[in-house]
Amino acid sequence: MEHAPLAAAGPQDTVDLARRVRGQALRMVARARASHIGSALSIADIVAVLYGGVLRVDPSRPNHPERDRFLLSKGHACVAVYAALAETGFIPRETLSTYGQDLSPLMAHISHTLPGVEFSTGALGHGLPFGTGKALAAKRRGAGWRTVVLMSDGELGEGSNWEAMMFAAHHGLDRLTAIIDYNKLQSLTTVERTLRVEPLADKLAAFGWAVRELDGHDHAALADALGTTPWQPGKPQVVIAHTIKGKGVSYMEDKVEWHYRSPSPELLAQALAEIGDSLEEGRADA
Amino acid sequence: MRDAFIDELVALAAEQDQIALIVGDLGFGVIEPFADRFPDRFINAGVAEQNMAGLAAGMASEGYHVFTYSIANFPTFRCAEQIRNDIAYHDLPVTTVAVGAGLAYGALGYSHHAVQDYALMRAMPNMVIAAPGDPYEVRACLRWLVANPCPSYLRLGKAGEPRFHAEVPAVAPGRWLTLKPGEKMLLATGSALGAALQRSESSHAGYGVASLPLWGMDHKAAQPGQVERVAELVTLEDHLADGGFGSWFYESLSGRPEAVAKLRSLSLSSEVCGLVGGQARLNAIGGLTCAQ
Repeated sequence: MEHAPLAAAGPQDTVDLARRVRGQALRMVARARASHIGSALSIADIVAVLYGGVLRVDPSRPNHPERDRFLLSKGHACVAVYAALAETGFIPRETLSTYGQDLSPLMAHISHTLPGVEFSTGALGHGLPFGTGKALAAKRRGAGWRTVVLMSDGELGEGSNWEAMMFAAHHGLDRLTAIIDYNKLQSLTTVERTLRVEPLADKLAAFGWAVRELDGHDHAALADALGTTPWQPGKPQVVIAHTIKGKGVSYMEDKVEWHYRSPSPELLAQALAEIGDSLEEGRADA
Repeated sequence: MRDAFIDELVALAAEQDQIALIVGDLGFGVIEPFADRFPDRFINAGVAEQNMAGLAAGMASEGYHVFTYSIANFPTFRCAEQIRNDIAYHDLPVTTVAVGAGLAYGALGYSHHAVQDYALMRAMPNMVIAAPGDPYEVRACLRWLVANPCPSYLRLGKAGEPRFHAEVPAVAPGRWLTLKPGEKMLLATGSALGAALQRSESSHAGYGVASLPLWGMDHKAAQPGQVERVAELVTLEDHLADGGFGSWFYESLSGRPEAVAKLRSLSLSSEVCGLVGGQARLNAIGGLTCAQ
């Protein structure tokens, strides 16, 4: 089968895309009375930079064989990706309004039944091994596409991730990129008080990965790091993205309870005002 | 069975370049023919079964039919969630291969006794269980799995098992392979086929013998019709009763008391858990085979 070549979507205004992702995610979670908004806001900028130009993907051809493969290993933050898929044309915006309803295609952990979603997650520690398999398949076949896995910090407690890190480095999978959303909060309290990951950069380097640390809300830094890989030929690369859980909404920022809570209508209105929500057409609650 | 497995896999891989083999640092003296001939489709994942299963799923999502190979419970229980979520839920062609079915590694202790694996693997939708009873059935199952790529579990004995068929039989999920006809039948899966043949000449003299090497959650419907044609049916498995082949068979007859009345099951007693010894001795203690 012949496929027209893919190009990256080209530079979008990723700051505006991140604003729309946050707005949609907040509305979805508020309407569904669902959890995990803090995690979704934490990755909104990363997801916007990825879908706003870094990933070579085409919403009209979501299964294009040469597309970059993006895997959300922290599947509970799915509303950010659902919003990005809607805002970049993979799925209709109206679909977002089904989130939380019975039999919605938008499961509360990311689901591969949706166009543009490669892999369902929800249990942690699955994205990196699966992405490693994809990257190995690409390497063995000489394919040019990249695999990008977005993971959480608390997820690093899963040993399967470290198995995959050893494997990816051993096999020189330099078209594999991991992004760690390092917001330093996990389910009950801080990562530091739960199961320490520091010294994280040293650990990852010792496992044979090329490591960069950056501000996970700095679009220029994200685009620079993610835009050109490999950083070191023969090594997979990992971005340690320092983030703030609940980023953009004052009362959610760095608060563990927003792993669970859903905003009331009043709190939603405040949150939308704070992020500078500009969505009028095609709003998920329209 | 191991040798039939690798020999057949090499033959299939020579014709079909999507077949890949990932081993969990096991298979010395077995897997070399594949590794030497297809180095670009062979991977030793190391002692890391969760990653092995996950990366197998990732490769399968890119068009490979991946066989993951290890022994006893390592490629199943150790990475059960990867099999459930990554492989079975995504309906990917990964065949999990376990060597050392039942009590084949009886002397190695409980860690190496694969007597609960059916219970785990048959709980997953989409999962085809391939439990061949002799080396010819190994080849038949492999050919079927490659022709019908799906989430699957191939349960092998060790080496040196006798051949019970005269040639490679034609197999299909849910279909019995009759080795000895009879009105009353012993129906074995996997390595229990030898026990069935032994019993047909001792405790169950006069019974016929059949093998059911391919089965699973989606293949129960064909069983009631096959039971109708027999007067009595005894299932045999080298697995604990709970969650095993006999349990699967009872479930397939649910709501049919006349069929259930014909059914008996022979499996391993949990008394074998924690014992060590040769396979034949433990199978006898467990009640699968007649005391020698």
